[in-house]
Amino acid sequence: MREREDEWTGLMRSAISGDSTAYHRLLKAITPVLRAAARRGLARAGQPIDQSEDIVQDILLAVHSKRHTWDVNAPFAPWLFAIARNKLIDALRRRGKRVFVNIDDFAEILPGEAQEEKASASEIAAHLNALPARQREVLQSIAVDSASIKDTAAKFSMSEGAVRVALHRGLANLTAKLRES
Amino acid sequence: METDQLIRTIAADNTQRAQPVGFVLMLALLAAAPISLLMFFTELGVRPDVMTAMHNPFFGLKFAVTLALAASAIAVSLHLSRPEASLRGFGWWLLVPAGLLVAGISGEMMMPQRAPMMTRLVGNNSRACLISIPLLSLPLLAAALFGLRHGAPARPAAAGAIAGLLAAGLAATLYASHCADDSPLFVATWYTIGTTLVAAIGALIGSKVLRY
Repeated sequence: MREREDEWTGLMRSAISGDSTAYHRLLKAITPVLRAAARRGLARAGQPIDQSEDIVQDILLAVHSKRHTWDVNAPFAPWLFAIARNKLIDALRRRGKRVFVNIDDFAEILPGEAQEEKASASEIAAHLNALPARQREVLQSIAVDSASIKDTAAKFSMSEGAVRVALHRGLANLTAKLRES
Repeated sequence: METDQLIRTIAADNTQRAQPVGFVLMLALLAAAPISLLMFFTELGVRPDVMTAMHNPFFGLKFAVTLALAASAIAVSLHLSRPEASLRGFGWWLLVPAGLLVAGISGEMMMPQRAPMMTRLVGNNSRACLISIPLLSLPLLAAALFGLRHGAPARPAAAGAIAGLLAAGLAATLYASHCADDSPLFVATWYTIGTTLVAAIGALIGSKVLRY
């Protein structure tokens, strides 16, 4: 458990200093843990666990948009679990359930407890359609067609900088829409 | 959308860097300060006998208290803007302005006084004080909440209340230069009531707008 969390901290440090591959690996590594925690929380609140992926995606977007609040000299896991707990409580509250979520729930989760190859959620997809066309096209190109920033720029005859801006604004808009809903 | 797709998209956005919360908070406060200053100079202004007042240590003490409040509230609010933070261990900072005030009251008690205690406590400006501090705070409170929104506070209401203390501390610093009541008893009573009011407003708004 300790080793896993140290690895996360190392990956996040690399990510913050600009290593996008490390960032990608980190997000992949934390997702099964978040998924298991979301399922556990839903089950405990008597809710169907098939909504867990919406919560996972909500947490991932919050991690992304708030990563500047992580102190690079602090361990990553407590910061991550605090965000996950906040989002999980928020999601359960929106479903009209008051529950107590213990922060230790996250730390105890073993890897492989909730592996899923193609986990999909509907909430983000619905908000995606409400985005300005350019942002939606860029997001879909990178997400669905797994095109790089460079390929996306070529496809829409945009500069790479403009693609980055559209991608960033699109993600920020999605995060904001999730918070409002 | 599949989670793997979302992860790929998020990772591609790693090049964009957000500013630290402290930086955004400072910019917002700097932007709001002229509004409060304008309100202060058009409606109140510095007291006319300020040159004589400066020789009175209790006039100076008012600024020590209000600036200590603003500074400790900035430190606590930046701490609270992080998702894993709690007030534990950090709330002590807020005792610094309270301690200065208690020291001031004790100091004044030991000196021979021309006016009785109740007269000093009630003063002449209690109403102006109660109205001015909250009003001068409002632009600064909005700025502080805007800055903290850039963070991820675990306890939105608590963070909002601290934002209120921050705004009230700065507003009270302005007001202190207008108010002719210098007794620490007056400050402890009326400034505290005004400040508490702003903190309550901050908690109320914070519990709504500081969720992330």
